[in-house]
Amino acid sequence: MKLTVQDLNSHYGPAHILFDIGFEVGEGEVVALLGRNGAGKSTTFRSIVGLVAQCSGRIMFEGKDVSARPTHEIVREGLGYVPEERRIFTDLTVEENLEVGRQPKRPNAPHWTREKLFALFPNLGEMKNRPGGRMSGGEQQMLTIARTLMGNPSLVLLDEPSEGLSPKIVEQMVEAILTMKKEGVSIVVSEQNLHFARLISDRAYIIERGRICFGGTMAELDARPDIRDAHLSL
Amino acid sequence: MAFYVVQFLTGLASAASLFLVASGLSIIFGVTRIVNFAHGAFYMIGAYIAFTLTERLSGAFGFWGSIVLAALAVALIGVIVEMVLLRRIYHAPELFQLLATFGLTLMVEDLVVLIWGPDDLVGRRAPGFKGAIDFFGQNIPSYDLFLIVLGPVVLGILWLLFQRTRWGVLVRAATQDRDMVAALGVNQKWLFTSVFAVGVFLAALGGALQIPRDAVHHAMDLRIIVEVFVVVVIGGLGSIVGAFVAAVLVSELNAFGILIFPKISIILVFLVMAVVLIVRPWGLFGKPEAAARKTPGLTVNPWRPLTSNERLAALAALVVAATLPLFAGNYALTVGSEIAVFVIFAVSLHFLMSVGGLASFGHAAYFGLGAYGIAFLAKMAGLPMIVCLLLGPLLGCMGAAVFGFFAVQLSGVYFAMLTLAFAQIVWSIAFQWVSVTGGDNGILGLWPSSWAASPSHFYWLALGVAALVTIALRAMVFSPFGYALRATRDSLLRSEAIGIDAKRIQWTAFVIAGTTAGIGGALFAYLKGSVFPDNLGISLSVDALVMVLLGGVETVSGAVIGAIVYKALNIWLVSQTDLSKLVLGGFIVLIVVVFPKGIVGMLEMLVQRRRKSSPPGSPLLAKPIESAE
Repeated sequence: MKLTVQDLNSHYGPAHILFDIGFEVGEGEVVALLGRNGAGKSTTFRSIVGLVAQCSGRIMFEGKDVSARPTHEIVREGLGYVPEERRIFTDLTVEENLEVGRQPKRPNAPHWTREKLFALFPNLGEMKNRPGGRMSGGEQQMLTIARTLMGNPSLVLLDEPSEGLSPKIVEQMVEAILTMKKEGVSIVVSEQNLHFARLISDRAYIIERGRICFGGTMAELDARPDIRDAHLSL
Repeated sequence: MAFYVVQFLTGLASAASLFLVASGLSIIFGVTRIVNFAHGAFYMIGAYIAFTLTERLSGAFGFWGSIVLAALAVALIGVIVEMVLLRRIYHAPELFQLLATFGLTLMVEDLVVLIWGPDDLVGRRAPGFKGAIDFFGQNIPSYDLFLIVLGPVVLGILWLLFQRTRWGVLVRAATQDRDMVAALGVNQKWLFTSVFAVGVFLAALGGALQIPRDAVHHAMDLRIIVEVFVVVVIGGLGSIVGAFVAAVLVSELNAFGILIFPKISIILVFLVMAVVLIVRPWGLFGKPEAAARKTPGLTVNPWRPLTSNERLAALAALVVAATLPLFAGNYALTVGSEIAVFVIFAVSLHFLMSVGGLASFGHAAYFGLGAYGIAFLAKMAGLPMIVCLLLGPLLGCMGAAVFGFFAVQLSGVYFAMLTLAFAQIVWSIAFQWVSVTGGDNGILGLWPSSWAASPSHFYWLALGVAALVTIALRAMVFSPFGYALRATRDSLLRSEAIGIDAKRIQWTAFVIAGTTAGIGGALFAYLKGSVFPDNLGISLSVDALVMVLLGGVETVSGAVIGAIVYKALNIWLVSQTDLSKLVLGGFIVLIVVVFPKGIVGMLEMLVQRRRKSSPPGSPLLAKPIESAE
C-alpha cells in the first residue's frame, strides 16, 4: 500500500473532530474522499501531514510510520499536500511560488520541472512574473497544485480542487489530474462533487461527521444509491 | 547654508546604524512574528565585542575584521538564544515573547557591566577614515561619509538577498504563511534560526560600526530600541525599504529637531509618528495586517462575578491587611504602602491588558505623570494634599487621553511598541526639560499633610485607595462598558458589527487605566517624598507587566497577588545583590517558559485538576496556529 491511515482521531481544543478514520491508497491509485461541508475531509488531510496538533493514530506512508513526524519531514518523504484554501503566497510571483515548493528529485516519483508544469497548466506559463495575489481563483488553484508538484511527490492529497471554479476550469483540472495519474502519482482527492470525483477516481470513501461510513469502488458506490443520497448532497 | 548641509549629512550618517538595527528587527518579526526586544541588547553587545577586538587586533585589516567578527560572534549568540529560548515560545501569545526578550535585555545589561565595567569606553577611529573633510568652512568627518554610503549598499545587498536567492524567497513566503511553507517541505526551524541570525547580525553590525562615532556604554540598548521601534512603526513592520526611509526620516528629524527645540527635540519625531499613524496605521511601507491573529487567546475561561464566599474571603484578606500597623514597625509599613501603590498600578494595567486585550508596554508613563502632577501642584501651586491627590492623577488622565487616542488605532505588537515609544518620549521630556521637571535631579520635598504623615496613616490611606480601585475596576468588568470592552477584545470586527464603537471603547479603557495608574503614581510621590524620571521609565512599565503575568493574566486577583509577590521579592532582592537586573531578567524568562499562566493560573489549574481528572492538555498551552480556521 502507498498510504495507510488507521484509527485517526483529531481534536481542535475540546472538540473531537475525527473518529477512528481509516483508509488505504494503492500505488498509482486515485481515491476520492467524499463528504459534505464540515464532514472532516480537510481535517483528515491536515492530520495526515501533521498540521493538527492534537491527533493520534497510525499513518503509514510507503511502509514508514510518519504519524509522529513534523510536517516538513512528512512532505519530504514524497507526500504532497494541496490545501483547500489554496494558500498562494500572494506577494510572490508565480515562479517564486513554484520555487518555494521545489525539492530534489525522487527515484520513485515523476520529476516535474517548471517547463513540464507550464505545459500541464498553460495559463501559468503566460504569467510567470505575476504576483500570486493578482490571479483568478482558477489560476491560483492551478498554481497551488503546480507548487506541490515541484516537490516531486509520489502521492498528493488534493483538498477540494474543483471548489468554486467555473466549469471550463474544472475540465482543465480533470485533465491535469488525469495527467498526474498517468505520470504515476497516487492521489487522494477530497470532494463534495460526485460527478467530478467519478471522472478521476478509482475508488471512493465517504466521510460523515468525522467517521468513514463507506469504502469501495465507484461501481460499488453507484450500486448503493441509498448511501449516496444519505451522505452526499447532489 | 553649509551648516545645514552638514547637519543633514550627520543625520544621514546616524541613519545607517539605525537602519541596520531596524531592518534586522523587521526581518525577524516578518518571519517569526516575534518583536525582539533584545535587539537593542544585541546591538550593544556588538559594540562591546567590537571594542574589545579592535583594541587587540591592529591595522586596517584588524579594525574592519574586528567589526565583522564581532557581528558574526553576536549572530552566533543569537542562534543559541533562538534555539534555547525562542523555539519554546513561538506559539505563546505575543506579549510573552516581548516579555521574554525583555528579560534577556535586563540580563545583558548587568552582564555587560560585569564584563566591561560601568564606564564609557571610547573606541578606536576607523583606519582610513580618521580625518574630516572641509565643506565651506564646516567639517564633515570622513567616517560619516563612509556610513552614508554604507546604508544604501546594505539596503541593496538585502534586496538582492531577498529577491534573488532561494533563501530570500523562502523567507518572504514564510513571512506570509509559515505553515504552508512547512507543508511544502521546508524545515521551519532552521529557516527561523537563520532569519534570527541574519537579523541579529545586522543589529550587531550596527552597534559595531558606532564605535568610531560614539562611546560604548551599558545603556545604549534602550536608547536604540526606542528609536528602532519608532522607525519600524513609521516605516512599517516587515518592510526593509520602509526601515531605510524611516531611519533616514527619524535621523534627520533628530538632527534638525535639535536646532528647533533644543530641549525637547524628540517631540518632532513623535509628531511625525503620530501623523503617520493616523494616515497609515501600518506604516509608510507596511501592509495592513489581517485582523485574524491578535492578542486574544489570553483569556480562555469566561469571567464570572465573585461568589459570596469569595467576597467574604477578599474582605477578610483586606481586614487582615488593615491590622498590619498594630504589630509591624515603620519600615514594614512603608514597604506595605509601596506594595499597595503597586497593587493599584498592576490592577490598572491588568484592566487594560486582560479586560481590554491591549497590552501596554509603557504604562509607567501614566503612573509617572500622576506623580509629576502631584509635584507640580504641591510644589508650584502649593495646594494641600487632599486637593493634590484628587487633581494630580488628572495629568495621567490627560496623557492617557492624548497617547491613548493614537495607541488604540493599533493592536497587538504595534500597540505595545507604540505605548513603549510614548512612555519613552514622556521620560525624555522629564529628563531633558530641566527647567520644569528638574531633569535627573527630580523634584524633592513632597511630604504628605499631617493627617497622613505617620506611616500607619499613610498605609491605611494607600490600602484603602487600593481596595477601592480594585473593587471599582472589577465592578467595571461586569458593567455594560465592561461587556463591550471584552467584546472588542475577543473580536473587533464582530463587536463593531453589533454597533459597538470599538475604538472609542478602547480609548475610554485606556484613559481609565491611565488615570488609575496616575492615582497610584500620586500616592507614590507622597510615599517617596520625591519624583524622578525613573517613575515613568521603561523598567517600571515592565515591572507592571511582570506583576500581572506573574500573578496570572486571567484574573484580577492575579494582578493583586502578582504585585504583592513581585514587589516584596524585588525589595528583598535589591537589598541582597548588585546584580538584581540579571536575577530579575532570568526570573522573567523563567516565568514565560515555565509558568505561562502565572501564580493564580497555576493554583486554579491545580484546583481544577483535583475536581476532574486532567483534560487533554490546557487549551492555552495547546493553542497553535490552527485557530485560523
